[in-house]
Amino acid sequence: MATTMTTGTDTVDRAVSARIDARRGTPWWIWLGIAFAALLPLIGGRTGLISNFYFLQLSLMIVYSIAVLGLNLLTGFNGQISLGHGAFFAVGAYVTAILIDRYEMYYLATLPIAMLACFVVGYLFGRPALRLEGHYLALATFALAIAVPQFLKYRHFEPYTHGVQGINIFKPDPPFGMPLSPDQWLYLVVLACAVVMFIVARNIVHSRMGRAMMAIRDQPLAADTMGINSARTKSITFGISALYVGLAGALHAIIFEFVSPDSFRFELSIAILVGAVIGGIATLSGAVIGGFFVQFIEKYADAATKWVTQIVHLPIELEPWTIYGIVLILLMYTMPMGVAGGFASLWRKIRPPN
Amino acid sequence: MSNILEVENLKAYYGASQALHGITFSLVKGGITTLLGANGAGKTTTLRAICGMVRAEGFVAIDGEPVTGKATEAVVRLGVGHVPEGRGTFTELSVEENLRVAAYTRRDKAAVARDLEMVFTYFPRLKERMAQQAGTLSGGEQQMLAISRALMLGPRLMLLDEPSFGLAPLIVQEIFRIMRRINEEAKVSMLLVEQNAALALDLADHAYVLETGRVVMSGTSAVVKSDEQIRKSYLGY
Repeated sequence: MATTMTTGTDTVDRAVSARIDARRGTPWWIWLGIAFAALLPLIGGRTGLISNFYFLQLSLMIVYSIAVLGLNLLTGFNGQISLGHGAFFAVGAYVTAILIDRYEMYYLATLPIAMLACFVVGYLFGRPALRLEGHYLALATFALAIAVPQFLKYRHFEPYTHGVQGINIFKPDPPFGMPLSPDQWLYLVVLACAVVMFIVARNIVHSRMGRAMMAIRDQPLAADTMGINSARTKSITFGISALYVGLAGALHAIIFEFVSPDSFRFELSIAILVGAVIGGIATLSGAVIGGFFVQFIEKYADAATKWVTQIVHLPIELEPWTIYGIVLILLMYTMPMGVAGGFASLWRKIRPPN
Repeated sequence: MSNILEVENLKAYYGASQALHGITFSLVKGGITTLLGANGAGKTTTLRAICGMVRAEGFVAIDGEPVTGKATEAVVRLGVGHVPEGRGTFTELSVEENLRVAAYTRRDKAAVARDLEMVFTYFPRLKERMAQQAGTLSGGEQQMLAISRALMLGPRLMLLDEPSFGLAPLIVQEIFRIMRRINEEAKVSMLLVEQNAALALDLADHAYVLETGRVVMSGTSAVVKSDEQIRKSYLGY
């Protein structure tokens, strides 16, 4: 009896400490990973192992991670579903592109403006959307995702947006004559933004605001009885979430050197949501995996399908995107809590007893 | 003003259907009053109407301050700790985080820390479980957490919605003993909604009996307890 009880408590204690580990402080290996990522241009660039094209790919992956993180704050930590975050991505991208193209503003200076603009748009959208729950909120945000590209094509905005043609901007050169290519430099810029935004997100989640967000998600009525102003918290969360996605959009515009209404179609919103779910909803690390998924699995699903057909010599012709569907289904079956959740529970099983 | 809670002609609605048909009662400062009644009598609705969680008409005042029509969080900030039906545990948060959410409205960190210590003197078991995910607590522990959370608001009045629900009799007795201590030591007035009438009448000094949204009887607990009709319908002997 006594032994079983001790074992029971130990298991609980271990689960608890694992949880606390996950919540407080950043493990050393994450900092090591960031340091490695920051040195990548030196290692890869000098030796020529990593081409500029791959730096662009990595930058895009990090950009999507920021977007997924933003949606995760809203959906994972606050329980509001959005099918329309591509809209905020587009707003961020256009604010930056217009400021650079028309007002010749320094590209880094456009980032805070794009973020602020998206916060305001997100807050204003979130405010009336408060009345909507679950499916209805999903539908309203869906409408937003459909509407924004049309809005960008609107005739009277053409002096700013250049209509369907979109806006071309140019990649900035690295400052101070640094021995880096523009792609390598922008990769570092994007990486730095992501590190800052992840740290901010972690602090939000563990703050008074973060606890209120999660309380509303878990028990909306009880959250009200804790004196939490749900309406305010939810719309601010919506704004913060839009701010993250807006920054991602702005960075995307800079590294991609181009924005157009059709770059921000409805599929983008879905991609961000899929990234958040696959990575692990309500986890911060899941956003990195989500970004990887959006950039590499989704973008190359078609190519991967063709490649598999050739390699395996399948007797049947696979539809494009077949691999994407299979990967999605397999991941959801094997790791219903997302990849981050799956790894966390795997680690709990194999980790040595302390 | 010696009444912490004043309710006059309170009506409440869920959509088109009316759940309370004008009830009137009051709660003396420092006292414990219980609302008794069968399922659907309007007990939970009364608590929700006081807190502005349902559409309500009539007059409600907390310590002399009218609150009818105010938002829930505004009522809570006046010092009303609502222990909701079904406990309302924030399941994904730890025990400590649940308690910190409850201190959301408070800026005075020293006072919050003092109250946290006070909560742990009432419920030492929660201290042992500080870092545990609240959703993994037992039912009794979750009820303790719900009461503790309300305490962390620094309340003058606590609204308790069926604290005995679904718990083993021994745990219920323990929780009711602690509720009495909280009432006496922390000087918190309590409005208690209970199915378990015998238990509630032992704890409370006053009782109101509700039937389909109306008060059908009221008085001191001793009077209500000795009423033959009440004994037959609610106490079962």
